[in-house]
Amino acid sequence: MNVDVTITINGTEHRLQVPPRTLLSQLLRDELDLTGTHVGCDTSSCGACTVLVDGNATKSCTMFAAQADGCSVTTVEGLASNGELHPIQEAFREKHGLQCGFCTPGMMITAVQILERNPSPSEEEIRSGLRGNLCRCTGYHNIVAAVQHAAAISGGD
Amino acid sequence: MTTETLIGQEVKRVEDQALITGRGQYVDDLRLPGLLHLALVRSPYGHAKINRIDVSAAANAPGVVSVFTGADLAEQLGSLPAGWVLIPEQTGGDPMATPEHPPLAVEKVRYVGDAVAAVVASSPAAASDAVALVDVDYEPLPAVTDAEAATQEGAPEIHEGVANNKSFDWTVAAGDYDAAAAEADVVVKERIVNQRLIPNPMEPRGIMADYNAGTEQLTIWTSTQIPHLVRLLFALVTGHPEHKVRVIAPDVGGGFGCKLYLYAEEVIVGIIAKQLEKPVKWIESRTENYVATTHGRDHIADAEICGTKDGVVTGLKVHVYANLGGYLSTFAPAIPTILFGLMLGGCYKFENLSCTVAGVFTNTTPVDAYRGAGRPEATYVVERMIERYAHEIGRDVLGVRRRNFIRPFRRGHDMPIGVTYDSGNYQGALAAALDKFDYQAFRQEQRNARREGRLLGVGFSTYIEICGMAPSAVAGALGAGAGLWESSTVRVHPTGTVTVFTGTSPHGQGHETTLSQITSSRIGIPMENIEVVHGDTERHQFGTGTFGSRSLAVGGQALMMSLDKVIEKAKQIAAHEMGVDAKQVVFENGTFYVEDIQEREIPWGDVALGAYHAKNLPDGLEPGLEAVSFFDPQNFTWPFGTHIAVIEIDEMTGETSLVRYVAIDDVGNVINPMIVDGMVHGGIAQGVGQALQESAVYSDDGQLLTGSMMDYAVPTAEDFPSFETGRTVTPTSVNSLGAKGAGETGTIAASPAVVNAAVDALKHLGVSHLNMPLSPEKMWRTIQEAKEAQRARRSAAAKRGN
Repeated sequence: MNVDVTITINGTEHRLQVPPRTLLSQLLRDELDLTGTHVGCDTSSCGACTVLVDGNATKSCTMFAAQADGCSVTTVEGLASNGELHPIQEAFREKHGLQCGFCTPGMMITAVQILERNPSPSEEEIRSGLRGNLCRCTGYHNIVAAVQHAAAISGGD
Repeated sequence: MTTETLIGQEVKRVEDQALITGRGQYVDDLRLPGLLHLALVRSPYGHAKINRIDVSAAANAPGVVSVFTGADLAEQLGSLPAGWVLIPEQTGGDPMATPEHPPLAVEKVRYVGDAVAAVVASSPAAASDAVALVDVDYEPLPAVTDAEAATQEGAPEIHEGVANNKSFDWTVAAGDYDAAAAEADVVVKERIVNQRLIPNPMEPRGIMADYNAGTEQLTIWTSTQIPHLVRLLFALVTGHPEHKVRVIAPDVGGGFGCKLYLYAEEVIVGIIAKQLEKPVKWIESRTENYVATTHGRDHIADAEICGTKDGVVTGLKVHVYANLGGYLSTFAPAIPTILFGLMLGGCYKFENLSCTVAGVFTNTTPVDAYRGAGRPEATYVVERMIERYAHEIGRDVLGVRRRNFIRPFRRGHDMPIGVTYDSGNYQGALAAALDKFDYQAFRQEQRNARREGRLLGVGFSTYIEICGMAPSAVAGALGAGAGLWESSTVRVHPTGTVTVFTGTSPHGQGHETTLSQITSSRIGIPMENIEVVHGDTERHQFGTGTFGSRSLAVGGQALMMSLDKVIEKAKQIAAHEMGVDAKQVVFENGTFYVEDIQEREIPWGDVALGAYHAKNLPDGLEPGLEAVSFFDPQNFTWPFGTHIAVIEIDEMTGETSLVRYVAIDDVGNVINPMIVDGMVHGGIAQGVGQALQESAVYSDDGQLLTGSMMDYAVPTAEDFPSFETGRTVTPTSVNSLGAKGAGETGTIAASPAVVNAAVDALKHLGVSHLNMPLSPEKMWRTIQEAKEAQRARRSAAAKRGN
């Protein structure tokens, strides 16, 4: 028996029927083909699947699609608008904040939330805010630099 | 516009636009109509006999299409190969043991995670549900997970007829260590454990295969570092003709060595897709990745260093128990031997070396290359033992290093072990590091901190590595089953835009950017007119792949050769057009001209068009503008550097934190410093992660206790400070770029630097060695025990005084 889910993704409302066990990450990837949201673990550890659910950074592998009924979700595909990259995307490119790119979507979504909560975070605050997202390529050095750069180009200090 | 300047520039990556907008295409992002999903039944036992497998319940489960056991597919699946078979001259005359490795176990399982059956279903959920319904009757057998224990009498026999579970005893030596030790003032011995690690690329492995029964063409998409070798090995193992297999590595989410083999799943998924004539996909879960994808390191080394009491090291002797896991992975035999033993000279003048390595089967996940692969283990022994020795003779660790450094050289230095370093200036790298790090000031700060009850320590690593894999003749003579050259094609299109094909296979290293920079600079066209293609055996001829920091040093040179060829031909066409001799033609910034006749110049695009229009070509010259090259270097490359770690230990909790990290690397000439710095950062994080927190732990009966990301401590952003990086530049003459390779420096250098720092912080308590990882509990206990011992010594001394 499927469940009804009405969900707004990147500004577009979708009405779907999915098996109750469907995770939000699976709904995004398999039902809507939004494959920018990646799945890197099965223990809610890596953060590659992080999306914004009603503005809160959320590991989409740790939430049933049915729990997101009525919610508004932003994925990496929804960060850019009108062909303009989001400042965090610009910053990741500018500061070489990605190598293999697999953790990048979740990392950028988390960074968006860090900067929404604090437009000019310290290095320590950035590192603390990123602790739920794992990266194996960058040693986090340039990810931190990218978040600092995004803060600067967005008007934070 | 001049484009020459792109070499050495921090050009932003061309890869990024897709990856930052969610348009990357990793294997799990690929879809095909009618796609079926495969899940594997894996052994829950470290060692067990398989009595019977009953698949009937699984086969009848909803959505299930088919269930296969190893017995069903034994002939089609073959046995996974050992791609590197050590030569008998180095294994005491005995051939190394290369037991069968069936992709699906038939009679016995040899580690937790060994696959025994494959379920194919209409959805991933249906497949994994049905896995639970496969009934396997296992008869558990005694297991062994420790490499030393596995060699002892009475240990369980893992492979029939492999005595003491040893695949090989490998030996290499220079001079006469025993004589040197007998004459030495000081001999220091230490057991040095280099613990097992789980590589953890953020993308687990994934494979999709599609078979066209009409053409017999089998296409395999796989998250790999070596698509061409996967195709070759797949064909050899399964008998499916090589020219009917296409292997594609799409976007690959990190590798670090663990995607460098022909894996059982590649064979299983490919053969089942062929059998069913349907597309099939397998995506590895993370928990599955922890048992099914190769691990790294796992050495138990007994090391001895000898020298004079005033600081001249005369010899190093090492015996290693190298854990190979349950089977031989593709390159497993080479990692703890060739890439370890030949590195033990470090950057020092040791004359006498002795290295013996026992390669041992255990009931654990197979061990193979993990970033650095043999070289971190060697560097750890060398750099730990040199500081151990310096402490023993009461000399400064830098003074001892300087005393033993090989003098700077630019044109080769023969090492006693039989290898020739290309170029080096170890003093220069150390000096550059000390420009950033005030050693004397630190020693003062350390004394002050100790008075305040804070434990600070500094550790050094003046490392060297072997990169640019590599001369095929040398590797082949040492047992490599494949050549290690690299290939390139440069295809100039009629409009003058260029497609570069490379046999390297990047998974985060930014080759599209770096190779475009080289091409742009050589031809003088903008980077947007260049496309770099990799990772598809049907688009590019055979190549080797990306590992061992070889892509620029070998693949980059192959590109340079093809660029030279197309430019040479283009000059002939331009000369013919201008009515001059080709020798008179100068090519600069995308324009052909003749010196002193400025009005006679032809742009690159016109020559390209002319090559295809072919209405005015020199006699005998073929139309078209394309070149293929294969580069096989004459030597490896030998990057080096100095890394400095500063750590602080919280005496109350044992928590050990990295507070500062300075890295000076010499990787020769650099094409894109931004990309090199990024790789250095990542490598440092992996090396520091090993030193401070990572460790794969097995129970004695073969259960992986650190079996998920909840249990294995992958470092987070909070675990590091920002790193301070810099470079010295000592070009190599092994390739015309002067580039040595930069992918592994950090991992190789960092773990000894951090452990040396921790020992330095506790030296005054009498601590002389610590085994990784430096967990808070271990450090707290070490400090308590050291203080207790110190109190006992003082009280004994006081009693003697009375």
